[in-house]
Amino acid sequence: MARLTARPATASPWRALVLAAAALYFLVPLAASVVFTVDVPGQGLNLDAYTRILDTEGFLPSLLLSLELAAATIAVVLLLVVPATVALRLTAPKLRPVVEIVCALPLVVPPIAFVAGIGTVLKWGPEHLSRTPLFQTFVAVQNPDFPVVLVLAYAVMALPFAHRALDAGLRAVDVRTLVEAARSCGASLPHALLRAVLPNLRGALLSASFLTLALVLGEFTIAQLLGFRPFAVWIVNISGSQAQMSVAVSVMSLLVTWLLLLLLAGFGGGRRTPSPTTDRK
Amino acid sequence: MTTDMTSRTAAASPAAAPAASAAPAVRTGRRRARRSGALAVVPLLLFTAIAFGLPAAAMLDGAFSVRDPASGTASYGLGNLTASLQGAYLTALVGSVELSATSAVLAALLGLLLAQAIVTSPLRGLREAVLTASGVLANFGGVPLAFAFVATLGNSGVLTRELGLTDTGWNLYSFWGLVLVYLYFLVPLMVLTITPALDGLRTQWREAAQNNGATHRQYWQHVALPVLAPSLLGGLVLLFGSAFAAYATAAAMVGSSVPLVTLQIADAISGNVLIGQENVALALSLDMVLVAGLVMAVYLPLQRRSARWLA
Repeated sequence: MARLTARPATASPWRALVLAAAALYFLVPLAASVVFTVDVPGQGLNLDAYTRILDTEGFLPSLLLSLELAAATIAVVLLLVVPATVALRLTAPKLRPVVEIVCALPLVVPPIAFVAGIGTVLKWGPEHLSRTPLFQTFVAVQNPDFPVVLVLAYAVMALPFAHRALDAGLRAVDVRTLVEAARSCGASLPHALLRAVLPNLRGALLSASFLTLALVLGEFTIAQLLGFRPFAVWIVNISGSQAQMSVAVSVMSLLVTWLLLLLLAGFGGGRRTPSPTTDRK
Repeated sequence: MTTDMTSRTAAASPAAAPAASAAPAVRTGRRRARRSGALAVVPLLLFTAIAFGLPAAAMLDGAFSVRDPASGTASYGLGNLTASLQGAYLTALVGSVELSATSAVLAALLGLLLAQAIVTSPLRGLREAVLTASGVLANFGGVPLAFAFVATLGNSGVLTRELGLTDTGWNLYSFWGLVLVYLYFLVPLMVLTITPALDGLRTQWREAAQNNGATHRQYWQHVALPVLAPSLLGGLVLLFGSAFAAYATAAAMVGSSVPLVTLQIADAISGNVLIGQENVALALSLDMVLVAGLVMAVYLPLQRRSARWLA
């Protein structure tokens, strides 16, 4: 009997120690970053690093480029994945394994290997296709004002997360019954899908969009190696000359990303945490 | 096609009794729905075939294409792959594996400790807070993470200055510096992975073990750890894969002072090395894909296995 009561249910010292150490490790770099940006050695405290951000060359264009890329990527991903996953639920369950494998494949290829492949394909343009109409396509997808090739790459990288989010969302909804009920009430199939199914997927659509947005805003590897200059590449480029501002912008972009992800956790029903997008590192 | 279909329905309709005609109509309707269902999947498959398949095929093609330096002709062979497993490339590959393995093992242990702390904690709010924070922090990677640590522990970082770490020989831009940074997203990832498994450990099992006279250690050794093993291993390979593929953090932080395979590939792509090494970069990429594929091949079955206990 003594053994049963021997385990105290109250806070034990090891648990407090573990939690304190974790809090220290995870909070100190954030606090130190903020201190780094406001405390200039020899000049005391000031907020210059933050107030100068807007005026800094390249900030707005790179941020706008990232946001445009994100919007385009979200549109592409949703247009590809939503019809496919809904159709799998409704009519074509046999194709399910195929879609699952296709959507999981990008996880197996690290971004750096992916960009090596993309670079090789892009080199085919000038090397083999310079006299064909395809060459113009190769030039067009690499337009520095709006690099379509990045949208394609990001859409591939976002596929696994978008698919998982939408699949989970669909699992919670009885799509078949919804569609049948809507059609019994006289709705056409497109109408039923648009007005009955999609509203029920709002949470899943939002979470797929948020994950894609976070992925595109933070993506560095592919953009840098293909020679484009969206937000993340810009931060690294200015870090050499303006260390403080680059940290300040990092802190700001973190706050924005985290806000998005926290919102997502809220939409996900509180208990579900956002699934990690492991490809930004 | 259309004429063929109309003629077939025309031929079939006199044979079918008027009362039964509803059934074929439903069946053709369903068949049409099935076909349009398959059609909705086609854009997705077409897109991945182009946007993912082309680069993948280009990588494979390049990795196996060997150009003869004398005659300039290209042929298929294993030359690039063997080159990618030698010299500086091998050092980078080994460096990446060492870094990922060290960070993954450390993160798995620390993550397990942290997860156990919140699972056994009587405070419900604390648990939710840590899990939400983990979800957010596991997404924290890339450039901002590197800069946060540079500002904290870099050469002129806040802690480096305050604590005078430079005199103690501290250097963030090193193997252990990178491990410290990688833990920042790997530990939360482990917490997210292992918490459901820890939740799956029933109190009754511990009580049953204790009633049978098992000690604390025996309970962990014979009951808890075997149940946790698939999740632990699965988490471990997931963390390894995540650290192995990481590029942005290392690139923004250390440049190339630590040999890593991702940095080597980036160097070769941007033409910072000898001309003609691009195909070795593709071979290195293929090496990475093989490692990542192996990780997934281990992870997925383990995840399915551990899911059994959580039902």
